[in-house]
Formats: sequence, C-alpha cells, structure tokens
Amino acid sequence: MTDTTAHGHTSSAGISNVKLGMWAFLGSECLLFGGLISTYMLYRGRVTGGPRPSQIFDIPFTSVSSFVLLMSSLTMVLAVSAAHKGEDRKTNLWLTVTALLGATFVGGQVYEFTAFYNEGLGFSTSLFGSSFYTLTGFHGVHVTVGIIMLMSLVGIFKRSEVPGKKAEVVEMIGLYWHFVDIVWIIIFTLVYLIPV
Amino acid sequence: MAIIEREIEVMAPMVATPTSTYGVLKRPVAATGWRAWVFTVDHKKLGLMYGVTAMFFFIVGGVEALLIRLQLAAPNGKVLNADLYNQMFTMHATTMVFLFVMPMAAGFANYFIPLQIGARDVAFPRMNALGFWLLLFGGIFINLSWFLGGAADGGWFMYAPNSGPVFSPTHGIDFWAFGLQIAGIASLTGAINLIVTVLNMRAPGMTLMKMPIFTWMMTVVQFLLLFAVPVITVALFLLSFQRNFGARFFDVAAGADPLLWQHLFWIFGHPEVYILVLPSFGIVSEVLPVFSRKPLFGYPFVVFSGAAIGFVGWGVWAHHMFASGLGPVSVAVFSLTTMAIAVPTGVKIINWILTMWGGKLVFSTAMKFSIGLIVLFTVGGLSGVTHSVAPSDTQQTDTYYIVAHFHYVLFGGGVLGIFSGLYYWWPKMFGKMLNERLGNWNFWLMVIGMNLTFGPMHILGLQGQPRRMYQFTEARSGEGLFNFAFWNLVASIGSFVLAVGILLFLINVVITARNPTKSPLDPWNARSLEWMTSNPPKEHNFDVIPTVHHLDEFFHRKYEEDPATHTMRQIATAEEIMAEQERNADAHIHMPSPSYWPIVLAFGLPVITFGMIFSHLIAVFGAVIVFFAAFGWALEPSTAPASDFETNNSAPSTALDTVGKS
Repeated sequence: MTDTTAHGHTSSAGISNVKLGMWAFLGSECLLFGGLISTYMLYRGRVTGGPRPSQIFDIPFTSVSSFVLLMSSLTMVLAVSAAHKGEDRKTNLWLTVTALLGATFVGGQVYEFTAFYNEGLGFSTSLFGSSFYTLTGFHGVHVTVGIIMLMSLVGIFKRSEVPGKKAEVVEMIGLYWHFVDIVWIIIFTLVYLIPV
Repeated sequence: MAIIEREIEVMAPMVATPTSTYGVLKRPVAATGWRAWVFTVDHKKLGLMYGVTAMFFFIVGGVEALLIRLQLAAPNGKVLNADLYNQMFTMHATTMVFLFVMPMAAGFANYFIPLQIGARDVAFPRMNALGFWLLLFGGIFINLSWFLGGAADGGWFMYAPNSGPVFSPTHGIDFWAFGLQIAGIASLTGAINLIVTVLNMRAPGMTLMKMPIFTWMMTVVQFLLLFAVPVITVALFLLSFQRNFGARFFDVAAGADPLLWQHLFWIFGHPEVYILVLPSFGIVSEVLPVFSRKPLFGYPFVVFSGAAIGFVGWGVWAHHMFASGLGPVSVAVFSLTTMAIAVPTGVKIINWILTMWGGKLVFSTAMKFSIGLIVLFTVGGLSGVTHSVAPSDTQQTDTYYIVAHFHYVLFGGGVLGIFSGLYYWWPKMFGKMLNERLGNWNFWLMVIGMNLTFGPMHILGLQGQPRRMYQFTEARSGEGLFNFAFWNLVASIGSFVLAVGILLFLINVVITARNPTKSPLDPWNARSLEWMTSNPPKEHNFDVIPTVHHLDEFFHRKYEEDPATHTMRQIATAEEIMAEQERNADAHIHMPSPSYWPIVLAFGLPVITFGMIFSHLIAVFGAVIVFFAAFGWALEPSTAPASDFETNNSAPSTALDTVGKS
C-alpha cells in the first residue's frame, strides 16, 4: 500500500498507484472470467448423465441472493463516501453491512450447491456440472476474498493501523467489490436466465 | 537502507536503518550479506536475481536440448528412451520459454525501467520481490517432478486429451500445471507493477513519446502479460481440476471438445510469443542508435508498430490450429490477420536498417548481436509468413519446418537480443566491461552454431521429419542431399557449437569479474537516462531526479547543435553531468524498506500445490502460511516510518521529512 508520494514521486497519470494497480488487476480479471464463462457457455448443454440445467435451477431463490449481492454494492458506495468524509464509525458500519450481505450471498451459494449435489449434479457428473461449479465457484471465492478484506479492514480500522490513506484503501477494495458484483450480473444472466 | 539522509556538503549519502520493531516480525535491516538479497525490495537487486535465475534455467534447458540432439544425431539413437525423450522436449520448451526468456526479460525490465524513466524504484517494491520468489519457487516446483516420478511429457502446449490422467499417469503434468500457475502469478504481479510504474512514476517532463524505446516495448509486453496470463490460468485450472478432482473438461466420452484447450492455450500462447520477442526488439532499438551514432530512425513508428503488434497479436492465435479442422472461414480470417501482423514487424526491421544507414557504425559485441538479430529474426519471420498460407501450413504442421521457424524467431530474435543487452548493459550493472575479444568469439560461435542447428531443420521438415520423433531408422534416412541422417547429424554438431559459444559467455563473465579494471562512466557514449548515474547505480538511482526535455535526454545533455554548421558538438562529458548531479543532490531520500513477507508468502504457494498433489493436509498448512504472510504484509507500511529510525549522532543530523509515511 505505497503512498503515491513514496520515494519522492508524484503521479504522472493523476491517479494513485494503488488505484491504478487495482484497475490493471481488474482488467486482468476480466479475461479470467471471460475464459471461465466461455467454457461454461460451450459446455452448458452437454449433459450425458445427471440433471439438465433447467431441471435444477431455482430462479426465484437465486434472484433473491443476486439482489442481496447487488445491494451490497450500494452499501459499499456508502462506506466509500463515509470514508472520504472521514467518518470512521459510519465507514465501519457500512463495511460490516457490506460484508454481511456478501456472506449472505455466499451462504446462499453453499445452500444451492448442496441442493444441486443432492439432486444428482456432482462435479464429475457431466460437462455441465464441471463447468457450472468451476465458474460459480470461482466467483464465490472472489466474493469470499472480498469479505475477508472487508472484515480485515474493519478490524484494522479499530486499531487505526491502516497503512496508506484510509479512504484510498476503502475505495480500492470498493473497486474490487463492484467488479465482483458486475461479474455476477453477467453470470446470473448467462447461466440462470438464458435457457439452454 | 530505507532512509538516506544527506547534508548538502556531505557527498556520500548516509544510510540509516530502522531500529524499532514493527508488526509481527522485526523488520530486516541488513545492508550486506545474504539477508540483504533475500529480503531486498530493491529493483536493481531483484533484476540481477531474475537474471541469475534465468541463466541457471538457460543452462538446464540447454542441457536438455543437447540430450535431444544427441538422441537424434544418428539413426536408432539410444541416449534416451521414448518416455524420457517426451519429458525432455516438453521440459526443454517449458524451461526456455517460462524460466529463461520471460524471467530474463523481467530482469532487464526490473533493472532498467525505473532507471530509464528517472524513478527511484518501482511502484510496489514488495510485490516486485514477491514476483521474483514466485518465479523461482515455481521453476523449482516444475523441475521437482524429475525426482518425483517423472516430468511432464505432453509437449509445451500440453494438448488435450493427451494430457489427461489416462495418457499421462505420472504427476509430471500436475507439477507442470501448478508450477506454471505460480510462475503466472509472478508475471501478473510484475505486469501490474511495471504498468503502474511506467504510467505513474516517470521523471518530470518525460511524456510518453519521450520514453526510451526499451521501456516502451516492455510496457507493451506488460499489457500482453496482463491480459494473456489469466487465459492460461483458466486453462491450467481446467486441466488441474480434471487431473486432480475428476472434472470432465477434456473427457471426450462426456462430450468434451478438445479444441477448447487449444483455443485457450493459443489465445495465451500467441501473445506469449510477442512477450518473448518484444523485449529483445526493445533492447536492439536501444543498442543500434548508440553504436550507429544516430538517433533511432522513426521513433514514433517503432513505438506504434510495437503497440500494433501488441493489438494484432490477439487476433492470430488460430494459425496454430490450421490442421485441426476449424472450417474455411476461420482459416481464411486467421490467414489474413497472420499476414497482416508481418507488417508492423517489417516496419521495425526497416527502421533498424535505416538507423544504421549512413551511421558511423561501431562493431562492438552488443552491436553484432543486434545486427545478428535483424538478420536471423528476418529469416524466421519469412518462414512465419509461409505458415500464414494455410494450405502450405497444413503440409508443414508438426514437422521440423515449424521447429526451424520458431527457433529462428525465438533464438535468432529473443536470445540474440538478450545477449546484446547483456553486453551493452554489463558495465551499467557491474561497473566492468565484458571482454570484447571473447565476446567476438561468443557471438560468432553462437550465430554459426544456431544456423548449423536450426537451418537444416527447414530441409528436414519439408522432407517430412515429424516433430517429437524420438528415433529414426537407417532405412528411412534416405540418400543424397535430402538424407535425414546427414542433416540430423549436422544439426547435432551445430547444437554443440552453439553450446560452446554460450560457454564462452560464462567464461567471459568469470574473467570480467576477476579483472580489476573498472569501466568508464559512459563507455558507449549512450543516449538514455540510465547512463546518467554511476556504474553500478546507487541504491537511490539518481542523486537528483532529472527533469526531461528531450527524447534521448542524456545525449542532449552531452551534445548541442552548432547552428552554423548544423553538426552536434559536445558541451559536457558524462563525468561533468554526474558531478553536477552530486552537487545538487536531494537531501532526503526515502527508499522502500526490506521485508520478510514477500518470500514467506511466495513460499506458501508451492506448499499448497504440493499438498494438492500429495496430501490435502499439507495444502492447509500452505494456506495458513499464505494467510499469515498476507496479513503481515498488509499491516506493514512499505516504507518504514521515520520514527523507526535513529539518526547517526556522529554526523550532522538533518530533520527527517516524512515523505511516504502514512
């Protein structure tokens, strides 16, 4: 978490190093999810055994958990705004709410995976199974990493040991969080809403 | 380390070290000895560590190549059995691509980008250290497979379904896939780091179009890495999930399409070949102007053709798959894009030739290697254009003609450029010049050896010798000019000539290290900013951050145009410029502090992947290491706060300013 002015430099691009670094990382992540989504789109209809997508998807349930995840973007924005105003208590509150909403989403995913597994869709059952669990699993791991970062931030804030500008760090993690949300909108549309 | 104080009158900067404990572990402070290297975050030390690692793996990959050539030197080769031969060519390619050329380029980039843009370090120094350790541990991890049941044996592109557990039951491919993931993270962190460094940390006045050309080409490479690495990451995950967790991705019985792997691999793999060769294009574009005593001809064209290669490089991947039955439309489109990408490459070659045209050429070893690159890369480029003609390519696919092509491009292009850079920048890195007479032998043996090795492969390939063939019989070797056995023998002899050439380089390094003669400050009469500091550079690179007014800033500080005669006359020597910098040196320089966390975090990853292959309990242990290290890292400021430092009482103390403190 280098400050922009560390080792005597000003920023040529007018954006801090950490934020620029996060943008670059997210650019790279687009290709990661691009590859995973392409794999799923190629294989979603290939079921040689076990259930087909339409037989197991519970659209109302997943819609609710998607809504919860999207709302967490709103609370993240509130956290960033509070951090910019220097309101530590509010920042902590909104960060915690964001993490809880994220955790609700991940909980829903765990429930969904368990239900699918019980209905006969294992990781090795079919190409659909392998590519579905890989794609949504990777997204779930991203959300989980986000939750860990948010909770760590709350913990560090309490001891006021944030290296770097507080608002900057909150904003950087916010960028990551919004990205993961946007990716979910794409996954939800392509995986759940568009019929095979 | 960390904070350098200086009084205006004091010439040598004083180095203060942190005294207080911070975080979980006391911060490393050693300025000498092995600790100064293992925990360093200095971009120059890391650059050298990349270089040494790359050289080590170059020798490993080279020995593998020699074993391959020994096997094929005569009919019925007995040096390797078929299984070992498969492992040998797979690991030769993997080592040379991922563990030699890429790290060597990363080393040059690490060392010279901050110097060329007038910065004191990279944007994220600890991440830089992490990248190096990940690369080293990833490389060791891949090679561990030799001792744990056999190495990967599916070719460097590891086509499915041949890479599945049925056809390759050893753990070789597991080690390969996980090791490349680790090395991939190194490339990704490096790319993010250098992109931010170049975009954000240039010296005042250095606009993008005043940036040295090597930095430009490396920036294009970092963008290619940024977007190409995640694609191979996906492919490797799919492969690992199939081999270790029973996923069906490449299981044809479940309806899988093996072309998925080929597409993912080559969407990464084609940008990858530009990742391998563009660094050398950058080096050559620095070396040619210096030894032609002329500015680079058409600098904007070289910049934009480099960027164009970066863009078009994404649209040609399927030319690796012409024989896989893509259909006529795809084949036609990828044929055309492949022909199109020859254009920006041709632009570069024209620019290099016109840079030399009418110049006062100085045939130093670095210059010879650069000229060698122009000639031999062009040969490889031309055979590349023949591949863009799909019907012809269908004939050549999987023959030695392809092997000849990519060795001319990657050895003639990539490796000769790297050696050019080594000879050119050696005095900058070590303060001593490599022996030019030995360098001459080094160059000619390498060039003759490479042509003897890879030239005959054109003939062998067009005669139909298949790639990956481990043995041929006397009956099939034929007669006369197109005798298999004869040209294979020539290639094998050539490979040993090549090896002697490279051995001469290593001998040259030893001789130079023992020679006490120091190099002059500006031995080549160079043009760019990295030469505007001492050899080797000080820890903080520049005493004062230069303000840039020109492309080739250093040259323009040394020379001025005489308006009467329109010729350049010298107005200052490098020594005078250096002395002036020292007089105006910055008083307070905060350098990033060393850290334990990069190496600890990097060590956790191979532990995790080792556990994935052998026991999940070990993987949990590795995850704990990574978790612990990540937190230690996040809680540690990258530059130790000023309160951690004691000022040296015997010297006049200066007030420490807190730039960089958070």
